Amino acid sequence: MSEKRHLTQDMFEKVHDNFTEAEKINRPSVSYWEDVWRRLKENKLAMFGLIAILALTILAIIGPYLNSYTYYEQDFTKKNLEPNVDHWFGTDQLGRDIFTRVWYGARISLFIGLMAALIDFIVGIVYGGISGISNERTDNAMMRIAETLYAIPYLLLVILLMVVLEQGLWTIILAMTITGWIPMARLVRGQVLQLKQQEYVQASEALGATMKWKLHKHMIPNTLGPILVNVTLTVPTAIFAEATLSFLGLGIPAPQASWGTMANDALDSILVGNFYQLFFPAILISLTMFAFNVFGDGLRDALDPKLRQ
Amino acid sequence: MLNYIFKRLVWAVVTLWVVITITFLLMHSIPGNPFAKEGTMPEAVYNNLQQYYHLDEPLAVQYVIYLKQLAQFDFGPSLKSKTITVNDYIVNGFPVSLHLGIQALIIAVCFGLIFGVIASLNRNRWPDYLAMVLSIIGISVPSFILATFLINYVAVEWRLLPVATWESWSHTILPSISLAMMPMAYIARLMRSSMLEVLGQDYMYTAKAKGLSRHMVILQHAFRNALLPVVTVLGIITTNLVTGSFIIEKIFGIPGMGEMFVIGIFNRDYPVILGSTIFYAAILIFLVFLVDIAYTFIDPRIKITGEGE
Repeated sequence: MSEKRHLTQDMFEKVHDNFTEAEKINRPSVSYWEDVWRRLKENKLAMFGLIAILALTILAIIGPYLNSYTYYEQDFTKKNLEPNVDHWFGTDQLGRDIFTRVWYGARISLFIGLMAALIDFIVGIVYGGISGISNERTDNAMMRIAETLYAIPYLLLVILLMVVLEQGLWTIILAMTITGWIPMARLVRGQVLQLKQQEYVQASEALGATMKWKLHKHMIPNTLGPILVNVTLTVPTAIFAEATLSFLGLGIPAPQASWGTMANDALDSILVGNFYQLFFPAILISLTMFAFNVFGDGLRDALDPKLRQ
Repeated sequence: MLNYIFKRLVWAVVTLWVVITITFLLMHSIPGNPFAKEGTMPEAVYNNLQQYYHLDEPLAVQYVIYLKQLAQFDFGPSLKSKTITVNDYIVNGFPVSLHLGIQALIIAVCFGLIFGVIASLNRNRWPDYLAMVLSIIGISVPSFILATFLINYVAVEWRLLPVATWESWSHTILPSISLAMMPMAYIARLMRSSMLEVLGQDYMYTAKAKGLSRHMVILQHAFRNALLPVVTVLGIITTNLVTGSFIIEKIFGIPGMGEMFVIGIFNRDYPVILGSTIFYAAILIFLVFLVDIAYTFIDPRIKITGEGE
């Protein structure tokens, strides 16, 4: 330590030639949605759900063409066949190919689920959004109406409408969405009311933004997260309601089939030992609901910035 | 407080009135006449029947007559079986459905709470994963699928329990389990997240710091407070049990109100559908009212804000 140090110029190096270097961002910037996707990818169960949803959708599209049978073609010489080389999932009590019918049913069940979710989404956003940005009296009145309608038991109302209306695909969707939009409207309204208090919205208002602008540029993008989760979880609810309706004989008219009608048709056959007829639609309903539920849960966790690490 | 109860009661009555009106109008919007089919009927008999059921009156008068009947708890006659009224159906069927519903509710609440608590105390360890995967499966598998699987394996293949009907206690086990599964899974998930939130509160540390035993802390402090959100969903749970029982009673051939409702739908027996819908709605609206009131008694924080209004 006693040795004296000579400090020369060349021992030093200038750190930054200019100050912009210090401000340079070295790591790639991660947007909110990229971050959400990264967290979602780590959730194995949610990814399983996503892959299952994609696989089911693809099979619903191409499944009915994978063999030469149609969903309505009856062959009485081939009734109640167990799964075999010709009929991969066997045949039903009218000799129809279950493999083709199952994927045809997937189209109908998924279509009903997605359409119901889409309609709930649109009506819910419009109603909830308007209610949220309106003055207090309009808001109160709109919410009271929604609350009263929502107090009517969902499945009871759906059943009632199906009794009154003519059976068909769009009737089912109508019956399901008639009060199905209300939870979404409440969610959107709650989010909008919360956002209304935020400074940046007030700033935008002070700058003369119109109601339409506020809704488009501030309210909707910022409420998208919880809404997406709600949409994802509406799909299994609708598929479940459709299956229940079909099971009560109020579903899709024959010869078309959804998973619910197939399960209902197969109910008599389990007592004579043809359990496989029920097995395939039952597993597919459960798998679809499972996939949407775990994906929705995973999405909820991934969208929560508090869980960010 | 009394003011609050009164307000809720008024809303319950208004909701019930909306349900009655909607159901009445829907049922009367169906074209045709219940006696038109029986073509061999003499003119005089037909006119007498029309008069007896007030079908010759204008709709508004029929509506008032029906409301008066309802006020005296008279749900009118059944169209299909001439000697039985809708009241008879309710008196015979309701106790059976109530028995099934209460048994299922007990299973759902007890096991749901136990699974939820176990999962929360073992967060991110195998009991947690096990309980949560089981509960997602519980939510994803529709009750009619679970019921048919149980019938196929437990009753038909292994012959452990009777297949159907409603005679002894062993007949009630399978239907109760099938009905309880979905609400149980729902309660378990809710209880888990509620417990996790409470366990992170400061007063939990205080309780531990005071030297209370782990049992005392969990039971007295965590469990009691975590129970609150579960109480709020009891209304929804009961609705699920009631509407779920339509299907369970149909599958198991249980002579309850649900089966009667389903048969009424199948026969297009409009007074039965109308009467049972209103009866169900009245019960459910009343239960939701009770839960709301009970909640203000359980949670002191709500009581204060309720009085402040």
